[in-house]
Amino acid sequence: MRALALIAHQIRYEQKLYWRSPSSAMFTFLFPILLLVIFASMNVATRLAALGGINYNQYYIPGIVAFGVISACYSNLAIGLCFRRDAGVLKRVRGTPLPPWIFMAGNIGSSLLVSALLTVLTTAVGVMFYGVRFPGRYGALLVTLGVGAFCFCGLGIAITALIPVATAAPAIVNGLLFPILFISGTFFPVDPGSWLGSIASFFPIRHFQQAVFAVFDPRASGTGLEPRALLVMLAWGAAAAALAIRDFRWEPIRK
Amino acid sequence: MAAIVVSGLRKSYGALEAVRGIDFEVAEGEVFALLGPNGAGKTTTVEILEGYRGRDAGTVSVLGFDPAHGGVQFRERVGIVLQECGIEELLTPREALDRQAGYYSKARPVDEVIDLVGLADKATARIRTLSGGQRRRLDLALALVGDPDLIFLDEPTTGFDPQARRNAWEFVKRLCGLGKTILLTTHYMEEAQFLAHRVAVMAEGRLVALGQPDALGGRDSGGAQIRFAMSDSAALSDLPMAARLDGGRVLVETADVTRALHVLTGWALERGIDLNGLTVTRRSLEDVYLDLVGR
Repeated sequence: MRALALIAHQIRYEQKLYWRSPSSAMFTFLFPILLLVIFASMNVATRLAALGGINYNQYYIPGIVAFGVISACYSNLAIGLCFRRDAGVLKRVRGTPLPPWIFMAGNIGSSLLVSALLTVLTTAVGVMFYGVRFPGRYGALLVTLGVGAFCFCGLGIAITALIPVATAAPAIVNGLLFPILFISGTFFPVDPGSWLGSIASFFPIRHFQQAVFAVFDPRASGTGLEPRALLVMLAWGAAAAALAIRDFRWEPIRK
Repeated sequence: MAAIVVSGLRKSYGALEAVRGIDFEVAEGEVFALLGPNGAGKTTTVEILEGYRGRDAGTVSVLGFDPAHGGVQFRERVGIVLQECGIEELLTPREALDRQAGYYSKARPVDEVIDLVGLADKATARIRTLSGGQRRRLDLALALVGDPDLIFLDEPTTGFDPQARRNAWEFVKRLCGLGKTILLTTHYMEEAQFLAHRVAVMAEGRLVALGQPDALGGRDSGGAQIRFAMSDSAALSDLPMAARLDGGRVLVETADVTRALHVLTGWALERGIDLNGLTVTRRSLEDVYLDLVGR
């Protein structure tokens, strides 16, 4: 009970910090929205022959939902934790009775809130302005985004162990993210049989994008769940969590 | 009862032996200062006691806990002011303190702590707008908000102007008056002299002296220097004791100040000579310190 109250206390302050920080609010929140509006507006009339001629935005908006979760979890946690680690903020936290896992839970909880907000906003914009249809698979959406958040929070925390100085964090985090986002078909479909598609299948982003698209897919009947994609994400998330637990550093790596 | 007991403590970083076997105790309610040049092992020692570092050898007890495995119960009872440590710049002091107070089962009221460190007029300003001295006071407030029994202060007044330093000292005295135990590291001799009940000097990973500031290195029992100026009529060789000129004044070094002064003033009165600007000084804590650390 006390643990839950403490997690809520942490989330409240993490949220204050998130919205007061121009870099996090700009890059991890506004960026997905910006990309949404740009590509969606450019392709209002585009039809995707490879996907049975559905409208581009019916494909693209689910991709942006996935990107929003990745941005709020992976990018936000990785960059934010690196800067706070190097500034000594994390060291200070370790000197208090706050259990480390509650500190992390607060960070993750705050990222989940931002993810939820981005999902609602992205879907609402898609439905209202770009003719996207949400087939009402709320359960599947929740499960898919939950697995995605677990996977990308884990990766965001784990990657901090590989980033020696915070000033390198944005370059490393985004340098890894954007090429994989593109080859994973987040912005334009990539043929799964192509060599790019094969490379992308190794990483969790393509699986996440496909799993979210399956939830939105107007042609499909059934639950909208993609068990195989979810399993791949769970495996990545578990590996990342193990690495994070073993190697996460609370003090600057380089003095 | 001892708040801190350290015995045979050792810590190396690779080939560098930062702490080479030290022993000391700090009593409950005591203000204990750890002095030493940069690289002497002070911060390593303090960080082991704070639970940030492991140790290679020796035993350490802080408030009855082994700080390496102290956990929440240990953290509830210690307050830490680290050297140059980052803070959430986008919060206000009140928010930062409220957040931290939530971590303790018996925290002090936030406003009381803000008043205590004199940050009331900055309580709702973003921390990034605070001056260096105000940040340091916030550091102190954050260390105090959990109402700890033991407070670690790692170079708490570095970068303060003289007035701010004075205020900080008075504040530490007040904490001591509340029965808190304080372990302080500092570069400033006057700080140790003013605040500490006992002082330990570290050099190259070892304790080279431990004692009350007034008695450290035999200051209280050792010799003193008598200085004065004389009119030209009296030559140095007329003096009733060995003396030499030092910067235009006469300098007498003696192990027995009382006797030397008696002889000297008696001699001067007899001849009607003025001993202008007569002073008696003992070696300062800084002199002793510089000898001890071999500079």
